[in-house]
Amino acid sequence: MEKWENNRAWFLVLPVFVVVAFSAIIPLMTVVNYSVQDIFGPGQRVFVGAEWFKEVLADYRLHDALWRQFLFSGLVLLIEIPLGILIALAMPKRGWGVSASLVTLALPLLIPWNVIGTIWIVFTRPDIGLFGAVVNGLGIAFDHTARPLDAWVTLMLMEVWHWTPLVALLAYAGLRAIPEAYYQAAKIDGASAWATFRYIQLPKMRGVLTIAILLRFMDSFLIYAEPFVLTGGGPGNSTTFLSIYLVKVAVGQFDLGPAAAFSLIYFLIILLFSWLFYQALQNVGTGEKR
Amino acid sequence: MTIQKRTIGLAIYFALLLLPIYWMLNMSLRTNADILGSFALYPHDPTLTNYIKIFTDESWYSGYINSIIYVTINTVISLFTALPAAYAFSRYRFIGDKHMFFWLLTNRMAPAAVFLLPFFQLYSTFGLIDTHIAVALAHCLFNVPLAVWILEGFMSGVPREIDETAYLDGYSFPRFFITVFLPLIRAGVGVTAFFCFMFSWVELLFARTLTVTNAKPIAATMTRTVSATGLDWGLLAAAGILTIVPGALVIWFVRNHLAKGFALGRV
Amino acid sequence: MARIDLQEIAHSYVAQPGEESDYALKRIHNTWDDGGAYALLGPSGCGKTTLLNVISGLLTPSKGRVFYDGQDVTDLPPEKRNIAQVFQFPVLYDTMSVFDNLAFPLRNRRVAPDEINQRVREVADILDLTPYLKKKAAGLAADAKQKISLGRGLVRSDVAAILFDEPLTVIDPQLKWDLRRKLKEIHEQLQLTMIYVTHDQVEALTFADQVLVMYEGELVQIGTPQELFENPQHKFVGYFIGSPGMNFLPCTLDGNMAWVDGVGIPLDDKMMAMGQKARGRLELGIRPMGLEVYAEAVVGAVPARVKALEDQGSFKIFTVQLAGHTLRARLPEEKSVPQTDAWLRFPPRWTKLFADGRLVSG
Repeated sequence: MEKWENNRAWFLVLPVFVVVAFSAIIPLMTVVNYSVQDIFGPGQRVFVGAEWFKEVLADYRLHDALWRQFLFSGLVLLIEIPLGILIALAMPKRGWGVSASLVTLALPLLIPWNVIGTIWIVFTRPDIGLFGAVVNGLGIAFDHTARPLDAWVTLMLMEVWHWTPLVALLAYAGLRAIPEAYYQAAKIDGASAWATFRYIQLPKMRGVLTIAILLRFMDSFLIYAEPFVLTGGGPGNSTTFLSIYLVKVAVGQFDLGPAAAFSLIYFLIILLFSWLFYQALQNVGTGEKR
Repeated sequence: MTIQKRTIGLAIYFALLLLPIYWMLNMSLRTNADILGSFALYPHDPTLTNYIKIFTDESWYSGYINSIIYVTINTVISLFTALPAAYAFSRYRFIGDKHMFFWLLTNRMAPAAVFLLPFFQLYSTFGLIDTHIAVALAHCLFNVPLAVWILEGFMSGVPREIDETAYLDGYSFPRFFITVFLPLIRAGVGVTAFFCFMFSWVELLFARTLTVTNAKPIAATMTRTVSATGLDWGLLAAAGILTIVPGALVIWFVRNHLAKGFALGRV
Repeated sequence: MARIDLQEIAHSYVAQPGEESDYALKRIHNTWDDGGAYALLGPSGCGKTTLLNVISGLLTPSKGRVFYDGQDVTDLPPEKRNIAQVFQFPVLYDTMSVFDNLAFPLRNRRVAPDEINQRVREVADILDLTPYLKKKAAGLAADAKQKISLGRGLVRSDVAAILFDEPLTVIDPQLKWDLRRKLKEIHEQLQLTMIYVTHDQVEALTFADQVLVMYEGELVQIGTPQELFENPQHKFVGYFIGSPGMNFLPCTLDGNMAWVDGVGIPLDDKMMAMGQKARGRLELGIRPMGLEVYAEAVVGAVPARVKALEDQGSFKIFTVQLAGHTLRARLPEEKSVPQTDAWLRFPPRWTKLFADGRLVSG
């Protein structure tokens, strides 16, 4: 059905707009301001236009960090989204199992991110960690501080462990919101379990899955604390993702200029890809533009 | 039997999920020396020293309480502002609606560090540094857009015919919203409340920057476990375990709304 | 098409039912003939959706058996019973076109593509959906969507029965009439067994050949719309059917009159004889259409006080007070009415006696 046309709906949106704009616009202006100036000291600023941007974009270490970031986020989406959906499908619909499942799923999400990193440092150490001990016991020489592959494996394990529950919880809520009548109709139509998933469940989860995909993309692209605590960006540069590199740049410089320019570019990349994801997800299945 | 396979798979997943947490629990019940000294699957000499230290140190448990306060404030503000807005996005077309909707999400796309200095200056100006409300408001930056997006998704799953039938029957908007609409989207409200709580609870940067002592959250206090001798594993583990509890309680209370789902009421 | 027999069906949603009130369905024992158009009429909560779900197989009854054409299907799930159900709100496969929606049940049964094509087009034609076949189902209006839901049932040529659970709830009022007419047409054309659940008597009475009135989990009367109107077997049927519902006056019998708080209403001999034999609390029932109103005293009429007059266009509703009870009469538009006092006559043809809510008959 068509939405109702009514500009007075803006009043409903006003509180949200005020709250968020208040927080967002001022910082944004500040960042843009810094990104186009060279600051030598208090009161000594020179407008340098796009110079910082050019410098930042030419940096080959930035390119490397960017590729690593895309690989990381890509893997995150490929693993967490299907896995989260599978878990939501497997979760019970009634009885005590529901509460038990929900609480268990929520646990990894509630741990502060620096603590997550610490837990996994410990967990993967052969001397004091269960995972490290088991893997070493199996004869595999695993050391995430020395070998890039091991570092990536550990990071992915940590990341999937930490965030898949978010996808699962969203998918589960989305599944529960489907009226029973659809399942009844599917039964009456003789649909198989796969057909029910493909034609009823998946389409009706589109809203929650869009949020899950966008959230996981954005948050994984911005990730900082967990990998920083776990590997510090190493060994070498092998796990230096974009935001870790940004902090290195910001700390290393005397000037806020390059960091501000970098932040804007960072933001624009995420904006672009989120927008692309969003457009793609809106048009999937309906055949009509929303 | 598909049902059996599904449950076994789920049970395995949950067991794996709980392993690192169990390990943390294990560590929290041992002293630092014990942890570094030997590898053990369970605490041979369980001790509550770590927990006692946390509960008796004022800066620890006040951090706990502070977090709960500003997270609750934030969840309430986020929900209350997001519900009408989400309804507007779901039901109405108005100037700039699509742009506004997407713009909300863009507030989660910038590295948080970008906002630190401006936020600090902003809240200083209003004299709100080291207050709970400052952190609660700062967290609205990323929680309110999330709340609007999630709620809009669930609201759009409710057919517009239900609204129309209610208005035809003479319901006023507030009455319709509270007695008819909200029960239909309770799964969404539950999820939203949980995520607002969760993202606010684990957020470090703003919480640390905008507070000094009065509103200092637990997550910030936990970084003090780094000492000259290295990380106090036992203490960190105990604090980590304790940070999980309030969130676990919240999702416990919300579980019925999540599970009940959509029941098509007769208007 | 099938004949459906319900044998001693009772159902409770409570795990260990104790007394009668735990049962949503108390005792349903009924045969639905092949090809009939039935309406299940009753107020909210009377158990009609429960009964429908027992018939369709979405619910297994606590007691009793269900038979299709003599075969016991009580333990069979809906897909094995070959029924179709249309729900209160349109239930569609949003991502599919109208054609694919209609074809879906046939594809699941591995019917040949040619046959699917032919069948779908036939059904689309009957439902006036042919121009929309290529369109996405999600974009259509509510009434078209309900037609698609119906179509998915019609498309299976061996469908046993089509069950409707208040299907017009979300349809615009002006389109309801069209859709009702379409349903009746389809019934006449295809002679399928159709069971239509509703709380709206107009829908029930216009659609069905036989109406089953349900009240608190029981079938209180089964009959044609005419029978229900003229001869309500149960007080509830009298009250629920007709607009406005039947008037009821508690009374006692003495001599050859029914006495309502000191006012005597003459009854004919036959009714009097039946009334004498009846046990329980007696009530006099008369439909507003049957109540005769006079401006002055005539033979057999009793005095009453005028309370109100509502002009409903083609008829008037005349409210009077008789010995402390309110009665309504439905009068033709042109009839003149007295202002303060009226005289009422109870023609034997329209006057019924009820004992403990049930019709007293010979």
